[in-house]
Order: sequence, then C-alpha cells, then structure tokens
Amino acid sequence: MSVLVYIEHADGSVKKNSLEAVSYAKALSDKQGEGEVIAVALGSVAQEELVKVGHAGASKVVHVNDEKLNAGIIQAHSEALAQVYGKVGAKTLILAKSSLGDAVAARLAVKLNAGLVSNVVELPVTASGYKVKRSIYTGKAFAETIVNKEHKILAVKKNAVDLKTDGSDAAVETVTLDIHAENFATKITSTDKAKGDVLLPEADIVVSGGRGMKGPENWGMIEDLAKELGAATGCSKPVSDIGWRPHHEHVGQTGVKVAPSLYIAVGISGAIQHLAGVNSSKCIVVINKDADAPFFKAADYGIVGDAFEVLPKLTEAVKALK
Amino acid sequence: MKILVCITHVPDTTSKIQFTENNTKFDKNGVQFIIGPYDDYALARAVELKEQLGASLTVLNVGEAETEPTLRKALAIGADDAIRINAFPKDSLFVANQIAAIAKQNNYDLIMMGRESIDFNGGMVHGMVGEMLGIPSISPVMKLEIDGDTVKMAREIEGGKEYLEAKLPLIAGCQEPIAEWKIPNMRGIMSARTKPLQVLEPVSDETATNVTTYQLPPAKGAVKLIDKDNVAELVKLLKNEAKVL
Ligand SMILES: Cc1cc2nc3c(=O)[nH]c(=O)nc-3n(C[C@H](O)[C@H](O)[C@H](O)COP(=O)(O)OP(=O)(O)OC[C@H]3O[C@@H](n4cnc5c(N)ncnc54)[C@H](O)[C@@H]3O)c2cc1C
Ligand SMILES: Nc1ncnc2c1ncn2[C@@H]1O[C@H](COP(=O)(O)O)[C@@H](O)[C@H]1O
Repeated sequence: MSVLVYIEHADGSVKKNSLEAVSYAKALSDKQGEGEVIAVALGSVAQEELVKVGHAGASKVVHVNDEKLNAGIIQAHSEALAQVYGKVGAKTLILAKSSLGDAVAARLAVKLNAGLVSNVVELPVTASGYKVKRSIYTGKAFAETIVNKEHKILAVKKNAVDLKTDGSDAAVETVTLDIHAENFATKITSTDKAKGDVLLPEADIVVSGGRGMKGPENWGMIEDLAKELGAATGCSKPVSDIGWRPHHEHVGQTGVKVAPSLYIAVGISGAIQHLAGVNSSKCIVVINKDADAPFFKAADYGIVGDAFEVLPKLTEAVKALK
Repeated sequence: MKILVCITHVPDTTSKIQFTENNTKFDKNGVQFIIGPYDDYALARAVELKEQLGASLTVLNVGEAETEPTLRKALAIGADDAIRINAFPKDSLFVANQIAAIAKQNNYDLIMMGRESIDFNGGMVHGMVGEMLGIPSISPVMKLEIDGDTVKMAREIEGGKEYLEAKLPLIAGCQEPIAEWKIPNMRGIMSARTKPLQVLEPVSDETATNVTTYQLPPAKGAVKLIDKDNVAELVKLLKNEAKVL
C-alpha cells in the first residue's frame, strides 16, 4: 500500500504547493499507516529538484522523464498518473489544488473509481468512516465530508500542513510509459508567462492594490514594497478589468484565491467578493484612507492613511529591518 | 452545431452563509440565488457563439424545482431550451453522471461549464464528464474561438496564460474575460416564459462523498490600528507579534 503524490513543476522547478502536498502525504501516512509516500514527476525535471521532493517527505520519486509531458496536457498527465497509480499499488492520491491539479484529479476520479475531495484543509480523521474537512462557499465555510469509495483523491489547499524540509533523499526511479497518442490531441501552441516573478497562488507574502492606487503608473510603489518583501503582487477585479494590471493578478471570488502568511491590501475597499479570495491568509494588513472601509473588519493590522504617503515609508521600514 | 451550457443555482456572492438543523443544512433564509458567476461567463460566450454560428443552445441544471427561475433566466439571456434533472445535486460524481447521460443522448459539439461552482468550488464536474465521455476537458478557459471543427482557446495558468487548440467535441470550464456577463432584456424575459423546459429524473444515484456537518470559520478579532506616522511600528508588530516577516 502507498500514497501517491502528483508533482507539478514550472519549467523544471518543482512547485512549492506540490512540495506541501508531499508533506501532507507524509503526515497522512505517519498518522494512518498508509505506507510509503511515492511522488510522481512527469516531464523533464532536474535531479536537484527531485531531491527537494525527498526532503519534503517522499521516500521514492517515480520520474517519467518524457519531454512530451513537459507541457501540462490534461489528458496525457491523467493517463500517465493512472498508469503509475496502478503500478505502485496506491490507495490514495494527493495533489495540490491548482488549475492543472483540479483538471487531472477530476479525470482520475473517474478512471480509478475514486472518491475525490477538493479544497482539503486538514488531515483526514478515520475514527468513524474516512472524514475530510474541506473549505466551501469560497472560504466562507467548511464541510466535514465522508468519502465512501475505497480509493481516495484529495486536492489539498495551501497551508493544510506545514512544509517539511528535513526528510531524507528519495530514491529516484526513472520509468518509461506508453501513453496513447490520442491523449496528446490537445495542442499547446504557445504560452505567455511572467518570468522570474513570485507566483501569486504560491506566494508567502502578497501585496495587492485596488482602485485607490488611481492608475497603473503608480504600481511602482506596490512593486517596490513587494520586491523588498519577496512578495507577489495582486489586485482587485476592477483594476484588472480596466487593464491596469494583468488578469492573472486578480484576487477574489472570481479570481485567484490566495493563502499567504501575509496579505497587504492597499487602496482596496474590501468588498465581500474580494475577501472571498483572501480569507485563508494568516495575517491581513489594510492600508486605506477611509477609516470606514469594510476591509478593516477583516484585517489584523491597519493604517488609516493615504497610500501614496504610507507605501514609501513602509518600504523604507522593511528595508531598515534587514 | 449543438452547444450545452451547465449552470448552477447558487447563493448571490454577497450572501451571508449560515446553516440550520444542527449545522447539517444550508440556511436559505433571506438568500438570493443566482446563476453561478463562472457559469454566467460560459453562458454569455455561448450566446455569442450561437449568434455567430447559428448553433442551438441548451442549458442544463441538476437541481430541485426551486432552480427553475434560474433556468428561466438563462433562457431569457438567450438559450433555446432548458433541461432540469430533478434531484438535489448530492456531489460532483452524482452531477457528472447526470450530465454525461444527457450528453450521450444528444451529442453536443461543445459543452461549456463554469471553472467552478461557488457553493462547492470543486472545479471537478467538467473533468469528470470529459472522462466519462472520453473527450478533452479544458479549464480554466478565458478565451474561446471556433474555427471549423477546431477550437482555439486561452487557458489561465499560474502567472500567465497558455494558448491551445483542440478538435470538437470538447468541454470547456470557463472564466472571465471569455465574454461580458449578459443581462436579459424585456424581449428575452417575455420569450423565456414559453421556451421549452424539460424535467427529467436522474439516471444514477451513485455518490462518492457525503457531508456530515458544516462549520463557519472562527470570528475575526478586532483590527489593531497603527498611526500613519509610525509605520515602523507596523513592521515591528509583523515581525515580533504576528511573526510573518
Ligand atoms: C459576481 C461578482 C464577483 C466579483 N468578484 C470579484 C473578485 O474576484 N475580486 C474583486 O476584487 N472584486 C470582485 N468583484 C467586485 C467587488 O464587488 C468590488 O467592486 C471590487 O472589489 C472593488 O475594488 P476596489 O476595492 O479596488 O475599488 P473601490 O471599491 O473603488 O475601492 C477603492 C478603495 O480605495 C480607497 N482609496 C482611495 N484613494 C486612496 C488613497 N489615496 N490611499 C488609500 N486608499 C485609498 C478608498 O477609500 C476605497 O476603499 C465582484 C463583483 C461581483 C458582482
Ligand atoms: N448541479 C449542477 N447542475 C448543472 N451544472 C453543474 C452543477 N454543478 C456543477 N455544474 C457545472 O460544473 C461546473 C464546475 O462545478 P464544480 O465542480 O462543482 O466546481 C459548474 O461551474 C457548472 O458549470
């Protein structure tokens, strides 16, 4: 018996959320005696990246080193995973909640006749049935969910467990799979991606700006603070709708859901749809010139003041800390 | 060309979420229900495609009788006919089985859904139906054009987007900015009253999960305000008290 973990990578670097999923699997296995934690990496991934997977808690990595799998083609990844799942005799599949992870998990649930739970926030409890806590209503509530299938797939939210880094090196087994050509029928023609920036869904700190920033020309201040903190930048929906910022930075109910340790919101009113995307943050700081802005009710710390005065001072104060 | 759009009937995004009966049931009291915002994007794009290609457009919901006003609204926005599978949507597998059964009977060329529902947020149903039908499922799709039997799409990925091409039939889980939400006009509302709305019984009772209880997150403590002329104090608190720096 074993627990399989799906590893996502971006251009060969393993995603932090996937490492968290490995640590989740390890905690699950330790708690419930589910056997070995085996990670699967599809496509070209550097050896030193696979080492991190071991340190996060996997005892073995199955590396399907096939260039055709570098792109996240949903059906091809689903088939590859199903084959490895069968080969290693797993009973549980763990993956990080992400756009590719969701798509692959759903197809696998049908392929493996498994019970799938998404947005998992804690380890399962098995005293009476296999019970998993998941977040619903876009973070506004939780549901205790019983899974009634023998095989289980859990799509885990960020921060469900702490990332482990003290595991031992994992044995890497490189395998070749025979994947049906028809599963590559979807063609990725090009990608358009910000290079070198901290990815918003994985970021530990996020600095977000709203309509109170007045215009795209003022985003330098947000970026300066983000750079000083090693943070990703985000924005409210109207800001991406008007085109001040790219769409993938839009945080909220209809945008990216973030779960950083620290979320700093500048010139954002705190509409309920925006809060839905940030309510899993550990600590929220709000900077707004209106003391009655609803965001202050959801914040841990706040400064009532003009963003254009406060931001440069904050960046300086963070610099001074170092 | 036949298009199917699957819509959810969900609490308005401003709703306060509460539960009753010992936290085992969603409290509908005072809650306004809407078409899921992502489903609304899918529907808006489907209406544009219908006009552009002369396609037929069916909307589908798995839900009890109370969801009919939501289906009528979709008809008012521009769908030709509606199907309601008369059952409480117990879980994603249950819903996917119903949608797949309808899709097998009707051979739709394009099935559009939302990237996720905003009640259960699974983002799962499109992938499950895709696997059940053996066709591609792409999500989250932010742009979709049809050129003969080829579908050209942009899909959001972490930190950017990816452009892809696939052949019909396929399933797309949609999000903005695929199209602008459409508001029904008077003519749409009038004609929606007489458009066909078929009610069918579920084909399978299978589920993979069931919810025992619901919980609300713990209440948030009061905000700690820091003077705007003492920004360094905030940094100190973040480091020493919140321990997030
Ligand atoms: C179905 C639906 C889904 C939605 N989904 C989302 C979503 O996912 N994400 C999202 O963000 N929104 C979403 N919205 C929109 C949401 O309702 C709000 O309209 C939006 O969040 C407001 O953005 P904002 O706070 O940037 O702008 P505003 O509401 O205009 O607020 C600007 C704020 O900046 C402050 N300000 C102005 N000048 C300064 C200054 N110099 N210094 C400091 N503060 C200043 C003001 O006091 C104000 O509080 C959705 C709406 C609907 C109906
Ligand atoms: N009860 C339902 N009836 C019709 N379509 C649904 C239903 N539930 C989910 N869907 C569709 O599947 C998408 C993804 O839902 P989910 O997997 O629940 O996040 C939704 O945006 C809808 O398009």
